[in-house]
Amino acid sequence: MELVVEKRLLPSRRLSIAAPVLSTLAALLISAVPIYLGGVNPLYGYTQLLRGAVGNKLALTETFVIFAPLLLCGIAVALAFTCKFWNIGAEGQLYCGGLIGSLFAVYATSVPSIIAIPVMMILGFLGGAAWAAWPAILKVKLKVDEVVTTLLGNWVMTYAVAAILFGPWKNPVTGWPESPVISDTTNYPILIEGSRFHLGIIIAMLVALAFYVIIRKTKWGFELLGIGGNQTASYAAGINVSRQIILAAIVSGGIAGLAGIGQVAGIEFHMKTDLSPGFGYTGVVIAMVGALSPIGVVLASFLMAVIVQGTQAMHRATGVPWALAETIQGIILLCLLVGLFFTKYRVKLRMR
Amino acid sequence: MANDDFVVEMRDIVKTFPGVTANDHINFQLHRGEIHSLLGENGAGKTTLMNVLYGMYRPESGEIRVNGKRVLFDSPQDAIAMRIGMIHQHFMLVPAMNVTENVILGLRSNRVVVDEASAEKRIGDLASSYGLKVEPHSFIWQLSVGEQQRVEILKAVYREAHILILDEPTAVLTPNESKDLFRILRKMKDEGKSIVYISHKLEEVMEISDTITVLRNGKLVANVLKKDTSKVELAKMMVGREVVFTLSKPPTKIGQPVLQVSNLSALNDRKMPALRNVSFDVKGGEILGIAGVSGNGQRELADVLTGRRKVTGGRINVCGTDVTDVTPREIVDLNVGFIPEDRVGVGLIMGLPILNNAIIKKYRDFSKGPLLDYRVASDYAKHIVSEYGVKTPNIAYPTRTLSGGNLQKLILARELARDPTLLVASQPTRGLDVGATEEIRAKLLDERARGRGVLLISEDLDEILSLSDRIAVIFQGEIMGIIDAESAKLEDIGLMMAGSKRMGES
Repeated sequence: MELVVEKRLLPSRRLSIAAPVLSTLAALLISAVPIYLGGVNPLYGYTQLLRGAVGNKLALTETFVIFAPLLLCGIAVALAFTCKFWNIGAEGQLYCGGLIGSLFAVYATSVPSIIAIPVMMILGFLGGAAWAAWPAILKVKLKVDEVVTTLLGNWVMTYAVAAILFGPWKNPVTGWPESPVISDTTNYPILIEGSRFHLGIIIAMLVALAFYVIIRKTKWGFELLGIGGNQTASYAAGINVSRQIILAAIVSGGIAGLAGIGQVAGIEFHMKTDLSPGFGYTGVVIAMVGALSPIGVVLASFLMAVIVQGTQAMHRATGVPWALAETIQGIILLCLLVGLFFTKYRVKLRMR
Repeated sequence: MANDDFVVEMRDIVKTFPGVTANDHINFQLHRGEIHSLLGENGAGKTTLMNVLYGMYRPESGEIRVNGKRVLFDSPQDAIAMRIGMIHQHFMLVPAMNVTENVILGLRSNRVVVDEASAEKRIGDLASSYGLKVEPHSFIWQLSVGEQQRVEILKAVYREAHILILDEPTAVLTPNESKDLFRILRKMKDEGKSIVYISHKLEEVMEISDTITVLRNGKLVANVLKKDTSKVELAKMMVGREVVFTLSKPPTKIGQPVLQVSNLSALNDRKMPALRNVSFDVKGGEILGIAGVSGNGQRELADVLTGRRKVTGGRINVCGTDVTDVTPREIVDLNVGFIPEDRVGVGLIMGLPILNNAIIKKYRDFSKGPLLDYRVASDYAKHIVSEYGVKTPNIAYPTRTLSGGNLQKLILARELARDPTLLVASQPTRGLDVGATEEIRAKLLDERARGRGVLLISEDLDEILSLSDRIAVIFQGEIMGIIDAESAKLEDIGLMMAGSKRMGES
């Protein structure tokens, strides 16, 4: 007997729906073991998880608060990955966008919201774009590997932000390592009273829609898909590969930058050293789990938001250790990636 | 059960790969002292069957007898122990070692001390007795492809192979080298060795074989004696229908030059000169064939002409526009069609739908502003896919679901539907079956008849001879001569391909 792995000629349609569902169920079954060992009835734990994520209006709005940056980072990564620009640097781009946007937002006290918010967003976008542009240019001009540059760029940017916030831009009022509070005129409006459901969540959804249109309806999307599929053939067919890769990197970084400024203007109201708990890295996982498809990325981001929000709630309600919550997040993601494998490959047992 | 006359007897061999049955209950018998051709189109299962015999693959079912004894090989080592030798299409030699070292490499007898002197003597004896001219001290990298092939044969006879399998051995040889090879094979046959000759070339098979086994789509079609059959009959068995051998090539009105290349030089990927002072032109209504043995600058020529390689000297002119060192985009926009040698690497995006590949040189015409009108694009793609006979149930399917012939037809559809003024066709029928080859050649002649210029780069001399109006022979990056196809002598072309003759433009 031997195990044979075969690539499916066409990805299975039935499985591409069933796989995520079954994977999630499998993950819940596996996670039940550590939850049980942690001294909590897994069923009770999962009830608390669901209740904490989608159980009531407030829980749901809080899930959306996490959904927004996850979605933006997922799209940022998926867009770059579509043309095989391996941007692992959404985290650094997020921080750069947050920094540049808040440099304006802090001092925009006399600018009305109608101008201040768009300007801040544009600056946030440009900040993220700039932090993705240099790795793209190095890749195209000098063949420098972008996995290395974008990844290391994350550290450079987070430390640069820390240096600024611990030093010259320390909050003068509290002395904390955070920027002065941003102007009220630059706060994202709250759209559901009594919650933190802010404008940035809608913006993230609009960006998701734009991503869908780009990939499915535009010349540029056609070119990016081509470059991702076969760069040599795309070049031979007359596509300006270098330019499109740089452009994709810029837009990708810009979207991550929007996630950064969104956290500043919607949640924190200061530029902070802990602006992101790793949204940029989770974005990579979301892009992969969502198979780079616009709809897939939206679903994966939402699922991720539910898991993050829900496991936090479970931790609070049942007292399982916080590390366990993160363990469950990891188990679910692993199961989803394995499920994705089965939609593309077939595994057979064969007699020798 | 076993018949003593057979040195190899394969019964009911079944070998499957994902999605295909490469060998479907095939029987094959090899007599002592015969040259037995295994004839079939690409993908017919010839090489698979012999890889099964050689121990590379294990069949799902069936039995193999060698010299009457049932065998079950786990690896080529077992096959070699049973005196079977196989010479693959791609040679398995170490370039940095010399001939002797390559021949004795991997032998069990040289476990501790290598007795190179006596090995060398034996190699010399074997070489002279079979007419396998090679210098034992030469390094492999110094040898021509034909000589390397001789080293492979030496490797097999040194291991006392009585059964020799050759997989498409002439694909890399000049006509003269092929003649030498046939002489060697006949000599070996006279010595009582049995030879399996894998080929899809009918002329060769008719020339060299005693017995011919024809495979088609993994199934055994026929087993005939050479004297009882003919080229036409074999072709029919191989393809499954009648094949037209003579393509009609009516005279055309020769127009203005569409491509002018003057003193062109370029480097290969290793930064060595690959093209040296190449000059020629292609006029509307003619096919200029570039003949030559593989690796003499053909690939670099195609690269340079399509904007994918920088020149180190000279100029390229398409329809009066200088296109030296421009991007592929500019050449595409000048309406130059290109059929690349590497269909999968350069021609197509295998993971994307057939639709995307069909429109990738045309999509800019289907757009309004930044948006691409996929409805119009799909209609166009459906139209050209059906017009050029690309067989697929749906243009939304990934391109990799197409077979080899259909992949090439898709490229052809994309390029020819744009009505190019110049078509650069690089190895357009390599690896394709007879049916697809026939269709593609007819399409090239159509372009010629419509007054378009075609540059045909091909290593298949029959193809060059049957399609071209003029033939340029390339050797080590130099054009050895450009001659009229009508009056061309095969012998002259062979000599030019080997670099030992130059001829002026006739």
